[in-house]
Amino acid sequence: MRQDPAARITLRRNWGDYHLLRLDSPNIAAEAKPGQFLMVRIGETLDPLLRRPLSIHAKEGGAVEIFFQIAGRGTARLARMKEGEALDILGPLGRGFDLAPDVRGKTAFLVGGGRGIAPLYFLSRELRARGAKVKILYGGRSLRDLPVRERFLRDGTDIACATDDGSFGRPGFVTDLLEAEIASAAPDLLFVCGPDLMMRTAAGIARARGIPAQISLESVMGCGFGACWGCVKRIARGDGGRWRKICEDGPVFLADEILWDGDA
Amino acid sequence: MTPDLATDLGFLKLRNPVLAASGTFGYGPEFTPFMDLSGIGGIIVKGLYYAPREGNPPPRLVETSAGLINAIGLQGVGVEKFAAEVLPGLRAIDTAVIVNVCGADDDEYLRVIEFLNRQEGIAAYELNISCPNVKKNGLCPALRPDTTLALVARCKAASRRPLIAKLSPNVTDIAEIARAAEDGGADGISLINTLLAMAIDADTRRPKLANMFGGLSGPAIKPVALRMVYQAASAVKVPVIGLGGIATGVDAVEFLIAGARAVQVGTANFVDPAATVRIAREISAFCERRGIARAADLVGTLRT
Repeated sequence: MRQDPAARITLRRNWGDYHLLRLDSPNIAAEAKPGQFLMVRIGETLDPLLRRPLSIHAKEGGAVEIFFQIAGRGTARLARMKEGEALDILGPLGRGFDLAPDVRGKTAFLVGGGRGIAPLYFLSRELRARGAKVKILYGGRSLRDLPVRERFLRDGTDIACATDDGSFGRPGFVTDLLEAEIASAAPDLLFVCGPDLMMRTAAGIARARGIPAQISLESVMGCGFGACWGCVKRIARGDGGRWRKICEDGPVFLADEILWDGDA
Repeated sequence: MTPDLATDLGFLKLRNPVLAASGTFGYGPEFTPFMDLSGIGGIIVKGLYYAPREGNPPPRLVETSAGLINAIGLQGVGVEKFAAEVLPGLRAIDTAVIVNVCGADDDEYLRVIEFLNRQEGIAAYELNISCPNVKKNGLCPALRPDTTLALVARCKAASRRPLIAKLSPNVTDIAEIARAAEDGGADGISLINTLLAMAIDADTRRPKLANMFGGLSGPAIKPVALRMVYQAASAVKVPVIGLGGIATGVDAVEFLIAGARAVQVGTANFVDPAATVRIAREISAFCERRGIARAADLVGTLRT
């Protein structure tokens, strides 16, 4: 965990509202693990004030990549950054996915909804490098919400898609796709990132089938490193559930630990 | 010549006038990956109740124009875990450790102080008199001179350490409250705590915070803070510690000119985790540029 005040943008790509930036930051890249995130400062002014938490999408040599969707003022400004400009980043933050024990020969479904696909690309590469059999289940509103699909295909990763409007893949939610895929062949491991409702549904499916699932939560964050206590979720660890920090105790939690809003 | 930043609060000597504000610096160790904690005047650790506190449900934060509204609800570990797990690490750091003391009623403030009196490695207490009182319909002692005076007096009598009263800006006459804290025996006062605020989502017509209201901090509140620090410093003889939206060394210098003997850096710690040491450096650079030998020479020098 460190600050890099000037991580240079060496590559940028965009697909509509979705953007990818590659940031040259050898020290942060060297420490980065799938599921960890960066706190990215939006320019040098004090408005927008806070850094934005963004998952590490990939590690490429001495660079880390972020993949994000424009969601407000901060990400909109980030999307206008140009190659050669530098960003002030903190990272790698959080605990990331738990890849132990040995995943060799295990099957893993990685379920991503919308921008929630961001950490799953890095995870997919790591799992495959360790000998796991990975299948990506990728959902979005329509085909244009699936921009990372091609990259998985280029890597030769098995992938199935779902779109709400039926414009590509299986019509319906990615959790419907998950149900169908599990019915034909249940995986050993499940990793999920996406909108809250989708993660909650996926967690329910995993529990019903007895499949261990890890869920990467998203939250507004004040600091990203445990100082502000602003990004909590109700997490049960043998204590009936307490507000735990998503930034420091997560952002990845076991599906069984998470108490969703409205749960008793 | 390197300017002298040494700061004397009377009851406490600091390496420099920059303190990390309570609630924005965790318990301290969170910042060690980013800065040298011994480079600042002191750390005011997160508000401490006697018992562990749950805090509020999320969303707890909302960003506003150059500002942040928080409704954390003072989630925390309680005194026993603080003494067992946090204090030993803080003792190893060469900086002043000040504990922000909270209470759901007057008795809890006293219990926290009596517990901490038995611990070593604490330089002073900062009394968070803005805690809602569960026995008085949620009223904060900080909102009235009589409740401020009464609470400060009881805590001062129980304390074996210097006591700083942290004042709320959500009052009509800050000078009157500052005098009440002084009359109650406070060794110093710090201000301002956050401004009571809210944010609304126009699409859903719902409050953006689960708690509805929260405390506004950040650069947006600096002009309000400066005005109140000036008014308070003009009203009392005890040292004033200024805070509210400080993000640069020049911001800090403005508070010194307004009458603060030291400053606290809060929300800026989230944006720049090394903000405290940077601001200390920038105060030094300001003094050097202006040929000011000691930062203390700036205190209360507003020209009117």
